Amino acid sequence: MHIAEEKTERHVLSLTVANEAGILARIAGLFTARGYNIDSLTVADITADHSISRITVVTNGPPRVIDQIIAQLDRLVPVHKVADLTDNGPFVERELALVKVAGTGEHRIEALRLAEVFRAKVVDTTTESFVFEITGTTEKVDTFVNLMRGIGLVEVGRTGVVGIIRGKDAS
Amino acid sequence: MAERSGADILVQCLVDLGVEVVFGYPGGAVLPIYDALYNHPTIKHILVRHEQGATHMAEGYARSTGKPGVVLVTSGPGATNAITGITDALMDSIPMVVITGQVATHLIGTDAFQEADTVGLTRHCTKHNYLVKSPAKLGAIIHEAFHIATSGRPGPVVIDIPKDVQVATAPYSKPDANEHPSYRPQVKPDAAAVARAVEMIAQAERPILYTGGGVINAGPEASALLRELAEMTGAPVTSTLMGLGAFPASSPQWLGMLGMHGTYEANMAMNRADLIICLGARFDDRVTGRLDAFSPESKKIHVDIDRSSINKNVVVDLPIVADVGGAMAEIIAGLKAQAHKPADLTEWWSRITGWRARKSLGYIEDGIEIMPQRAIADLFTATRATGKDVIITTEVGQHQMWAAQHYHFDDPNKWLTSGGLGTMGYGFPAAIGAQMGNPDSLVVCIAGDASIQMNIQELGTATQYRLPVKIFILNNEYMGMVRQWQELTYESRYSNSYSDSLPDFVKLAEAYGWTGIRIEGPQELEAGIRQMIETPGPVMVDCRVARLSNCFPMIPSGAAHTDMLLDPSQVSGTMNDEAKALV
Repeated sequence: MHIAEEKTERHVLSLTVANEAGILARIAGLFTARGYNIDSLTVADITADHSISRITVVTNGPPRVIDQIIAQLDRLVPVHKVADLTDNGPFVERELALVKVAGTGEHRIEALRLAEVFRAKVVDTTTESFVFEITGTTEKVDTFVNLMRGIGLVEVGRTGVVGIIRGKDAS
Repeated sequence: MAERSGADILVQCLVDLGVEVVFGYPGGAVLPIYDALYNHPTIKHILVRHEQGATHMAEGYARSTGKPGVVLVTSGPGATNAITGITDALMDSIPMVVITGQVATHLIGTDAFQEADTVGLTRHCTKHNYLVKSPAKLGAIIHEAFHIATSGRPGPVVIDIPKDVQVATAPYSKPDANEHPSYRPQVKPDAAAVARAVEMIAQAERPILYTGGGVINAGPEASALLRELAEMTGAPVTSTLMGLGAFPASSPQWLGMLGMHGTYEANMAMNRADLIICLGARFDDRVTGRLDAFSPESKKIHVDIDRSSINKNVVVDLPIVADVGGAMAEIIAGLKAQAHKPADLTEWWSRITGWRARKSLGYIEDGIEIMPQRAIADLFTATRATGKDVIITTEVGQHQMWAAQHYHFDDPNKWLTSGGLGTMGYGFPAAIGAQMGNPDSLVVCIAGDASIQMNIQELGTATQYRLPVKIFILNNEYMGMVRQWQELTYESRYSNSYSDSLPDFVKLAEAYGWTGIRIEGPQELEAGIRQMIETPGPVMVDCRVARLSNCFPMIPSGAAHTDMLLDPSQVSGTMNDEAKALV
């Protein structure tokens, strides 16, 4: 017997939740408990009184599973709202990465040149290394990191995706 | 305002919320609460023998009364022992509030004595849970917890209270009912969806009402509305295990339970229907059988208060997220507004009559052994004849399915069984809880010889509180359902399913101050049941039944509704790997 696999879609979900102890465990735990995937997850409080946090989750699954994920998240008591940015029209998504590259000579110059192409900023430097700060879509960050692999990539830190709907209305 | 201790605030909240019974077990981390309950004038505390018993008692109390069940246990093992019952309540949507003691706040995280991460452990088996870190927040949290447990889709809520929070003081006044900032279950149906449902019902030629535990949870009015809707449409009615009693089994429109051990007519009608009206049920795998063959010709309306139940297993044509009672009321109003006359369902009913003629619940008797089905049928007749209000609870296994098939319910809240989680050990404590909530009812736990041993320690609880519950054990010396699956799937290799070293149930009963009765043959059955009913106080009956009977009809796992096994001659003894991999 073999276990069948279904085609999946990538969705960016934006949640507003009560900023209370254990909220992240509730959300992340729901994904593991029900076998859903998390590609990335970001969280920070977003109101002046620190009462509400926004969580952006990038997930993937068959369309029916995505609907289930939204319904399951929505019924958690501290969840105010779940928006499927992927389904709700055009949205902006950004990710920030810190990319450390070490090397000298030609590699060093090439790293700087590529950073310029990707509009990455140098946020730390020694004579043998750079730390670049790059923001963009996941794809852009992936591409940049992959280019750096050939010229002395030491390590990467990524924030995961934050997203917000385009236009004047709230997500 | 005068300040009082956290423990006093908790007890005052329970009083303010109308709580009359608490099922619990004391321990170090709840001593301040137990002291606040000492000789309490209105709250009765039922001392259980094991915390799992307390949770099932609370469930039995809740299901039979419609009021939330309340549990009080200590930290660590108290909380972990309660987890099975909490999960059971989550799966079957039972309103329950569980108060757990916790080590003092400064000890949390230090692996202190009897410390367990209760909120972490119960996060996914509760509707919601809280760790209360200040007595000032306790009042609001307890009121909110009861609101969450009892509203929307009901479920269990855990409140973990550290010992220092129980001792520290704060002011308390009964909070006003504020709207919760994020928890707002959708109760009212969408008007357009209701109008569409009315249209679909009016056009259906082969409709069926498929009802579930949601109708029971929506209160007795919902059961009354279901009867009205059934009458208006003339449609046949079937129900899940959880929904039995919402529609009277004595009605000619009743098809019996559907699903794995449902009747042939119920499953065939689901398969051939052109409209399924699902009311407060959730297309569980035990109901649908093989999904790609489930009711292929029907449009489906799904009324559920929980949006996540919609399209989870079966994709439906018309979802209605609402309280099922309110939704039925609006559908009925819609049908009345267009002066709906029931469609001519003569042809549909003649097909159903044909399926009924297979008599799928039939069984053969040899006159030597008691057939378990006969025992249930006789129990039904005898208990019905008393004219008393009868509440039946069950454990889990063959006896549970036979009870669902052969005991007939005409009213809601009279049938208490563990459906979703399938918890052996549920039935007996649930019977104790039901008896607490319904002191004048005849409460009978139908059990198996294996299941009853899972919470048998509660015999002492019933004795202590003089609760006249009856336990009716169908003793076949096997974990019957496991043995049946081994016979069907693993060529009768009965791996560890024989109940070896069974106790003498009669002597065991007597040891606890109960009456014990043994029924050994068909000629003793009627008299034995009568003696059980007529004997005051708690009674345990050891009814010896045919050891190797199987529960039919049965849809084998991974099979379609149309592939039912109706009798033993259809059993091959093997199954392919795909079927074996399904539960």
